[in-house]
Amino acid sequence: MDDLLADFLTETTESLAELDLALVRLERAPDDAATLGLIFRHVHTIKGTCGFLGLPRLERVAHAGENVLARLRDGTLVATADVVSSVLTAADRIKEIVAGLSASGAEPQGDDAPLIAALAAIAEGGAAVPAAVPAETATIEPVAAEPIPAEPARTESPAAEPHGGPQTIRVAVEVLDDLMTLASELVLTRNQLLQLARRQEDDALAVPLQRLSQITSDLQEGVMKTRMQPIGGAWNKLPRLVRDLARDLDKKIELVMVGAETELDRQVLELIKDPLTHMVRNAADHALESPTERRARGKPETGRIALSAYHVGGHVIIEVADDGAGLPVEKIRAKALARGLATEAELAAMNDAQILRFVFRPGFSTAAAITAVSGRGVGLDVVKTNVERIGGSIDLASTAGRGTTFTIKIPLTLAIAAALIVQAGGERFAIPQLAVVELVRASTSTSTSTSTSAGPEGSEARIERIDATPVLRLRERLLPLASLRRLLQLGDAADDAAPQTVVIVQVGAATLGIIVDAVFDTEEIVVKPVAPILRHVTMFSGNTILGDGSVIMILDPNGIARATGLGGGEQRASGVAAAAAPAVSSAERTTLLLFRAGGPEPKAAPLGLVARIEHIARERIELSSGAPVTQYRGRLMPLVPMAGAIDPARESHPVLVFSDIDAALGRDRCMGLVVDEIVDVAEETLRVELGGGRPGVLGTAIVAGRATDVIDTAYWLQIAYGDWFRSAAGRRAGAARRPSVLMVEDSDFFRQLLVPALAAAGYDVTAAAGAEPALRLRDEGAMFDAIVSDIEMPDMDGLAFVRRVRAEGAWARLPVIALSGRTHPDDIAAGRDAGFTDYVEKFHRDALLASLRQCLGQDVAAAA
Amino acid sequence: MPLDLLNHAADGAADARDDATSLLVTLSVAGQRCGIPVLAVRDVLGEQVITRIPLAPPEVAGSLNLRGRIVTAIDLRRRLHLPPAPPGTPRMSVVTEQGGELYALLVDEVAEVMNLTADTFEPTPPTLPAEWAAHSAGVYRLPAGLVVVLDVARLLAIGAER
Repeated sequence: MDDLLADFLTETTESLAELDLALVRLERAPDDAATLGLIFRHVHTIKGTCGFLGLPRLERVAHAGENVLARLRDGTLVATADVVSSVLTAADRIKEIVAGLSASGAEPQGDDAPLIAALAAIAEGGAAVPAAVPAETATIEPVAAEPIPAEPARTESPAAEPHGGPQTIRVAVEVLDDLMTLASELVLTRNQLLQLARRQEDDALAVPLQRLSQITSDLQEGVMKTRMQPIGGAWNKLPRLVRDLARDLDKKIELVMVGAETELDRQVLELIKDPLTHMVRNAADHALESPTERRARGKPETGRIALSAYHVGGHVIIEVADDGAGLPVEKIRAKALARGLATEAELAAMNDAQILRFVFRPGFSTAAAITAVSGRGVGLDVVKTNVERIGGSIDLASTAGRGTTFTIKIPLTLAIAAALIVQAGGERFAIPQLAVVELVRASTSTSTSTSTSAGPEGSEARIERIDATPVLRLRERLLPLASLRRLLQLGDAADDAAPQTVVIVQVGAATLGIIVDAVFDTEEIVVKPVAPILRHVTMFSGNTILGDGSVIMILDPNGIARATGLGGGEQRASGVAAAAAPAVSSAERTTLLLFRAGGPEPKAAPLGLVARIEHIARERIELSSGAPVTQYRGRLMPLVPMAGAIDPARESHPVLVFSDIDAALGRDRCMGLVVDEIVDVAEETLRVELGGGRPGVLGTAIVAGRATDVIDTAYWLQIAYGDWFRSAAGRRAGAARRPSVLMVEDSDFFRQLLVPALAAAGYDVTAAAGAEPALRLRDEGAMFDAIVSDIEMPDMDGLAFVRRVRAEGAWARLPVIALSGRTHPDDIAAGRDAGFTDYVEKFHRDALLASLRQCLGQDVAAAA
Repeated sequence: MPLDLLNHAADGAADARDDATSLLVTLSVAGQRCGIPVLAVRDVLGEQVITRIPLAPPEVAGSLNLRGRIVTAIDLRRRLHLPPAPPGTPRMSVVTEQGGELYALLVDEVAEVMNLTADTFEPTPPTLPAEWAAHSAGVYRLPAGLVVVLDVARLLAIGAER
């Protein structure tokens, strides 16, 4: 392709973008002579150049468009929506041809005759058209008859043109990138010189060196500035988009753009373009109501989408606001529940803002249903991912009936970023300062006996271990920890017992601690992408060259969070009350705590039943009436050694703490199961083979590929407190009746697990081993306050069972809670359709209790 | 010194091709003489400070700073499944460019630039071990020994074959 053509293409592409903007502006103000003049000049230039370059197809289309524009300019035709549309169509065709040109170097084939004919018809139909075509949108004044000022736009001098900015020259992006590299290199060389000069103490050198240093910094800054572009560049396609959408959707939409001159790095600009377009499209498509609806709600017919951008610190804030219907919190709540993203109990504890954030979840992206009903939600997860990829964040606020505002915060530039330099395994790494919340010096709590004593220890941060997995206790919060050495496979830390440096990073809504060997300094770094063969290492977001000339890798906090299983996109709203409950999202799987006790074979207990894991030092184990106890949180906790006896040789013992604390019931006690070693936490589909008849063991299951004994927690609790389950009943014998619950569950394992749990919570539990026996109970006249039923059962499943219950008999109006490992949204929906009142994941004891309380419409404590 | 040779040789590259000859930068790795087309070579470097990259494929020795650009270093011995170089041996690198990225191939030694004629060229013998066969574009028979022409594109396609 020759240079002439290349120049033409660049120029035309730019003027086409301007043309779009100007045409939309013209539609709003059809008598704006300056805009009309600008449009005419653009098309005219394109036409003229085409003739010169020998591009006949392009020339014909441009010529036909120019004819229409000439009529507009002469005032014999008025810019109605239809006229503008046809000119826009012509502009689109020109774009197509230009795209073909730049791809192949020649005009693509195609038939423009219909388009040209249509344009010619408008150009010739002239004066008749304005009368025939009614104004399409409210923004167009029906001023068909008003003559355009006599002065032709052509005679306006360029000086009067409103878009004439300061003088500019066109520079290829590669040239700027090269300059940037050179400037960075100069900075490095300067730094080396400065280091040398410091040793020499030569005054003659000092002054020019100082000057060189200053100039270098200025140069670097200047080069950086050349890469900055106004955000308007990412917006200029939006007016056209909104206009077309408004026409297609029969809506009236006004797009307001504030702060288009706000500058940010070219690279960021490119990356933010698509997400922004997406959000504006969403707002126009889903958020804004039709004019009729708006009128009915007492709003102006014309909906408003406001884009604004401004600088705050080293960031650019972009807001996309609409004055539409707002997001339907209730529908989102229902959707979140149906999709299994949260249980009802969790949702109940969330405020509206937290619920709104569900729209950023991947589960909502394909939710055609919700968009059809009212909300938006197409691909917002993608928007969020893209924004986070460039180190930004996104949030939203919505008021029902008043509209929604999305706020995006992105860094000014990706090219230069402040980074914290850390060391692990003898290598240095950079962590983006943006993600770093704080640095903590944390002690480990292994053998120092005083550190685990009851009561607050002040604000000291402490690392504790659940076997090999360290967690950080920081200001009454527990943070997941990851060792950088381990993550990067740089070997294990040499001295685990020594105080460690922890970098606390924020990844989305999650907070994570990264253990490093040392922290150096903060440095401004020039971020460079990693080589393609290293792209699969998601732990790094790039690499850079430090002031001393060495290359280091830049860590990606998102990648680290993913590698540690935190999940980059996972929301862990800090305000959720049920935070202690295990994750619900994984359907059909149970999180198990694996440990060893009294033998090499692994044992397992559902993690949901374990309140805490503690390491209790030997000195703190005392004897009370011959039985081991320890002082725990200001009271005595019985310890039950699973192996039969507590090994006196060990300095510290891992203990699984089971607790039963309910202030309302006056119950408050703990039991510690002493084990040999905590092995792991595994997520498994639990299939327990019963048998063996061994006390304390429910049965055997395959966990992490190994046969594992699943312990019978009820058995061990009873060893500690003979009356663990009975006491509640005894104490309340004379009091009000306990609510009664029927438990329908075919699996012995779950029955054994849940019956005691419910009994302990103050319910009278009757168990039925299947749907048939349960229905027999009904026919025999038994009555309960609520039913808890499994879904997957042989013979008659839970769905059929609940249908039978609802169909007839005394139980028809009882609350029935489904209990299932399957929490797929479809399953939940099917459950609700069949007649279940609520749907709870198996093993989620707290959720079941909360659901029961809710269903019974009372606090159980009130009955006590 | 090797740079001078390169510049000199590159000048003659255009007419050399007409005579069905090719210019190769020759190098040795674990005692085997190899060649890389001179036009594919951007730089020849002596011993460099190389930063290790954790979790990278084993062939990736790390990255180094070449006048402000970050270059990914590939250990040619490991790439060709050869025994590692004895510790402490200085290594040289041949820098090449692929898709806008720079890569340094770590070799034992870089020797002279040779002008080789087509009549001494043979296709890769099918009996070569797989890792050699996969990265060889052919062999030159020279009186002093054989020179294996390395296929740089395939050498750098790390991960693609797995």
